[in-house]
Amino acid sequence: MSRWRWLGAALAFAAALGLTGWLGRHAPNRVTPRGAGTLGFRLQEVARASGIDFAHHEPTLDPKLDHLAPYIAALGASVSVADVNRDGWPDLYFTNSRFGYPNALYLNVGNGQFRDVAAEAGVADLNREGEGVSMGAVWGDFDNDGWEDLLVYKWGYPQLFRNLGGMRFQDVTQAAGLRHWINANTAVWFDYDRDGLLDLYLGAYFRSDVNFWDLKTTRIMHNSFEFATNGGKNRLYHNLGGGRFEDVTDRMGVGSTRWTLAAAAADFNDDGWPDLYLANDYGPEELFLNQQGKTFVLTRAGLSDDSKSGMAVALGDLLNRGRLDVFVTNISEPGYLFQGNNLRLNLLGEAGRFRNIAEGVVADAGWAWGAQFGDLDNDGWTDLVVVNGFISADRDHDYWYAMSKIAGAKGNIFEDARNWPRIGTASLSGYERSRLLINRASAGLKDVAEEAGLTDRYDGRAVALADLFNRGVLDLIVANQNGPALLYRNTVAAPHHWIAFHLVGTRSNRSAIGAEVTVEFAGGKQRRVVDGGSGFASQNDRRVHFGLGAATRVRRVVIRWPSGQEQAIANPPVDRLHLVVEPQR
Amino acid sequence: MEPTRTRTGWRQGASRWWTRLGALDPRYLTAFLITLVLVVGEFQYGILGGYARLATALAVTTATEAALSWLLRGRVVNLQSAYITGISLSLLLKPQSGLLWPFALGGFIAIASKYVLRYRDRHLWNPSNFAISVLLLLAPGSVAILSHQWGNDLATNLVIWAFGLAIALRVGVLHVTLTYVPCFVLLALVRHRLVGSPVLAEVAPLTGPMYQLFIFFMITDPRTTVSTTRGRMLVAALVALAEAGIRIAADYDLAWLRPLYPSPPILALAIVGPLALWWDLSRSRPVPARGGAIDSPEQAAPILEPGASRHA
Repeated sequence: MSRWRWLGAALAFAAALGLTGWLGRHAPNRVTPRGAGTLGFRLQEVARASGIDFAHHEPTLDPKLDHLAPYIAALGASVSVADVNRDGWPDLYFTNSRFGYPNALYLNVGNGQFRDVAAEAGVADLNREGEGVSMGAVWGDFDNDGWEDLLVYKWGYPQLFRNLGGMRFQDVTQAAGLRHWINANTAVWFDYDRDGLLDLYLGAYFRSDVNFWDLKTTRIMHNSFEFATNGGKNRLYHNLGGGRFEDVTDRMGVGSTRWTLAAAAADFNDDGWPDLYLANDYGPEELFLNQQGKTFVLTRAGLSDDSKSGMAVALGDLLNRGRLDVFVTNISEPGYLFQGNNLRLNLLGEAGRFRNIAEGVVADAGWAWGAQFGDLDNDGWTDLVVVNGFISADRDHDYWYAMSKIAGAKGNIFEDARNWPRIGTASLSGYERSRLLINRASAGLKDVAEEAGLTDRYDGRAVALADLFNRGVLDLIVANQNGPALLYRNTVAAPHHWIAFHLVGTRSNRSAIGAEVTVEFAGGKQRRVVDGGSGFASQNDRRVHFGLGAATRVRRVVIRWPSGQEQAIANPPVDRLHLVVEPQR
Repeated sequence: MEPTRTRTGWRQGASRWWTRLGALDPRYLTAFLITLVLVVGEFQYGILGGYARLATALAVTTATEAALSWLLRGRVVNLQSAYITGISLSLLLKPQSGLLWPFALGGFIAIASKYVLRYRDRHLWNPSNFAISVLLLLAPGSVAILSHQWGNDLATNLVIWAFGLAIALRVGVLHVTLTYVPCFVLLALVRHRLVGSPVLAEVAPLTGPMYQLFIFFMITDPRTTVSTTRGRMLVAALVALAEAGIRIAADYDLAWLRPLYPSPPILALAIVGPLALWWDLSRSRPVPARGGAIDSPEQAAPILEPGASRHA
């Protein structure tokens, strides 16, 4: 009898082992082939065919960091979208990160072709010794003259270029009061005090006293993998008008010294004032709630429970509730680390907090970097794109084990770069596949990247969305670290409708950055915000795009301008781009 | 006079406390320590990642222990060791977001291994060690092991080390910890010389919380190690040696050993521990099954009754 019982226990034990193996083989991060052709849209990579031949080059650093250079220098590829010459066609700006290698401004010619005009516009040769190297760029009309201006943030001195029109730019950094060395990896334009002028938030990663080409010390790294606060100090610059900015960081209480990699601004708590959301490496996310433009208050909002490696902040209305939810990318590596991405439903109104609902394919996207929400199939539900991969080098050598030696150790060991194991030619979460998570409403998000044609294995950093060819569909632009820029042209086959808005501020900033547009249609009500910088090192088109699915009618559109003014438009025609100028009142 | 009396009183108090501590069932001490780690870690650093994980692990380990002991021994045994296993799994397993099955299956596998994988009426693997090893080897796409710090708070770490050392001493397993740690450091220096990695990088793992759990709760488990003090010290040294072998293989990126690289100490113990115990048991006379053999399979109680640590 006892033997039979033991046999029963042994069988249950064996079954548990078998089940563990089966579940391990069917982990949600694995690709599950699905029938192609059911998606209703298709992406095709057309960068070269469109005249875009840009390739990013990583920075070279002080020889003291040679043993760790690929790890530290793994940032800098970015893309930002703006209609630079106001011809109605979105243009693209890519950054490079090595001395002597130019940034690129691809002018959208309008026939499916792009032409690099950065050199003649004076925004190419920005990566110079003594000045630093580019890490990203954001466009915004800071002087309200109708032309989108350019802020390039760097590991070094940031540069502000005034767009003079006629594809001419003037470097106004010094006069603007912005020429202060900062190792920045994110920047956001937003009008925090609603005075009609775009203010600037710069997020620093490494400390600002670190000069990567003249290192005084190798004690430059984070001192914790989870709770580090020894990063660079973020800066908020108030736009005083007249081309001048004032550093109001301390007065406004937003000088976080966490290792900020991404930021986005929007009115998360619906009080009419734009808040700041930060994704920090080696620490929890931070939400600074705007107190009517007088100061910001760091709020918990359920964010301080998680301490991860935040790398991008994407904003989207996941469930058509008329709210802006937040997606923050993180790291997942089989066997070593499952931080998981955060998909945070905005419940600030009713519960005073966000609720993280990420699991499965949403949580695990490898070493995830840039991300953006956008309705790629125009079905009326916003989808999610994630690009990823950290260092793709030698496939037979992996740095994860070496990094794991110090990852759990005391911080004063790995704070000194000298104590890190040599990375050599090893890969670290390299050759990862991007994710394209299609929103199937109540059925959740499904990864369809492979079927949709998002198949590259470069080390993706930034991704931006824009209707590049004015067809009523969102295309993808991807900036890869140490790799080519990619342009995925989107073709939507399904008979879906759409609507888009190009906003022009009058009392608000001319770019209308921060304006929130809510479209009410049969599928619910969906909100989007005019982008002043989001994702990781990226900025979407200022025009906001909504898919409508089968709906042929939009009941109402509500625009909340950055000035605080609210405007409602009844029954706007679908399948077209609407130009809306803010009422002067 | 007053200070002397005070000092004497303090000494007497400490002595009484120490004696009372020694009279306690060692399992209570271990349970206390791991609960302390859990509480401090959760409130300071949110280490659990959700109470559902803890609840799942504890529910499954205790239910499995109760069911299997009733089924195979005819009575429900003391559930303290299942409690300790449940907390160990909650602390050490770090699966993908939203997954609870690693805690459920891990809990079941851990406890069931004690009843199924036996030799001469002793289980061969430390239950937590076995379950974590199985999960890491069979489901690396879903499961990782604790590899993070719990902050850089020296005070928190000192509290855990102080309690850990005191309890290890009282339970009679301090010699295991004090053998493994110097061996690890010595072999770290060897690895440093061999692979050229910075010496602090090689020593660094020892300063993390995963190692605190490993050296106080896992490698010290007397039920799954050999019978003599000298033998246990030898096993601890062999675990450190096997771990060093895995680490060197990882540094040279030997592809066929890759599954072992995420957690060298855990997997080294899973390899060396059972082999040593099997060898030890096979060369000794069969020991008649004791009442406490199953109900305290993971912790010190049965073989660490007074005098047990002086077998050598």
